Amino acid sequence: MLDILRQPWHWSIAGILIGLTVPLLYLIGNKPFGISSSFRHICAACLPGNILYFKYDWKKETWNIFFVIGILIGGIVGSTVLANPNPIVIASSTQQQLMQLGVKEFSQLVPTDIFSFTGLLTINGFILIVVGGFLVGFGTRYAGGCTSGHSITGISNFQLSSLIATICFMIGGFLATWLLLPLIFNL
Amino acid sequence: MKTKIEEEGTNHQTTTESVTSNLKYIAVGIFFGIVFVKAEIVSWFRIQEMFRLASFHMYRVIGTAVVVATISTLIIKQFKIKTIQGEEVIFSERPFNKGNIIGGLCFGLGWAMTGACPGPMYGLIGSGFPVFIIALLSAVAGTYVYGLLQNKLPH
Repeated sequence: MLDILRQPWHWSIAGILIGLTVPLLYLIGNKPFGISSSFRHICAACLPGNILYFKYDWKKETWNIFFVIGILIGGIVGSTVLANPNPIVIASSTQQQLMQLGVKEFSQLVPTDIFSFTGLLTINGFILIVVGGFLVGFGTRYAGGCTSGHSITGISNFQLSSLIATICFMIGGFLATWLLLPLIFNL
Repeated sequence: MKTKIEEEGTNHQTTTESVTSNLKYIAVGIFFGIVFVKAEIVSWFRIQEMFRLASFHMYRVIGTAVVVATISTLIIKQFKIKTIQGEEVIFSERPFNKGNIIGGLCFGLGWAMTGACPGPMYGLIGSGFPVFIIALLSAVAGTYVYGLLQNKLPH
């Protein structure tokens, strides 16, 4: 059984389990499934300043902080007890394109030549991690949600704004992949 | 409109919960984090495959999740299923504003660069890639800057 769980999980299993998180959170506490709001709660709790956006009852939202701490612990479990013993399998066309860009490490979940503390000190690594991270935090809050809040929760509640946001997430991703990444890797 | 934006991402539970009742959200988070890692949704390579249309893994995962979430939401609405505290479930309306487009594009850029949406950032820190703490701090900084500029940005 453990051997089966250690293999990469099928997309249908993952999709069903992620989809079920939406009703689960509604029914155990009237909570809308969303993750990027945790960034806002962290700001509101740690450095509210005199900013209207961070002036709300964040203590009522501590559940969200507990939820993301859980995700972090889940990451530990998934990478230790349930770790995949084999290297990750990547589509050969993607691997070739990434090698041409200059990516060298293909055995783990992320290219560790870039996404590591040594990679952070390179210009490529710094841009992808720090600038990329900034855009995730700025963009999700400006858009009012991320993949979980908009693409899954919002669309499942037939919100047009969520569909529009999701289309824009995809457009941004295609632009970064095909136009920005070649520029960044050529620096 | 203004109040809607400020309300965004907050919950509608009226019953006050004790600190220990928050443990159930940790449990859901752990379950969710395991799924993230085991389905390799946290992988920068899977995100790259998605944006290079080289694999449909991510489209299938997200597509299935949307279908399951939609059916579940319809069932809760249809049968007026209550929360375990006996409250009526409240589904937030999300009125359109320009931020959905501009912010959405910004997030899309960041998604392909870091290979992580917010959930996977937490999952990756736990999975032995501590450099994502830096990405997370940067994301919190991005949110802070959004809060700072909110009144000046088009909505």
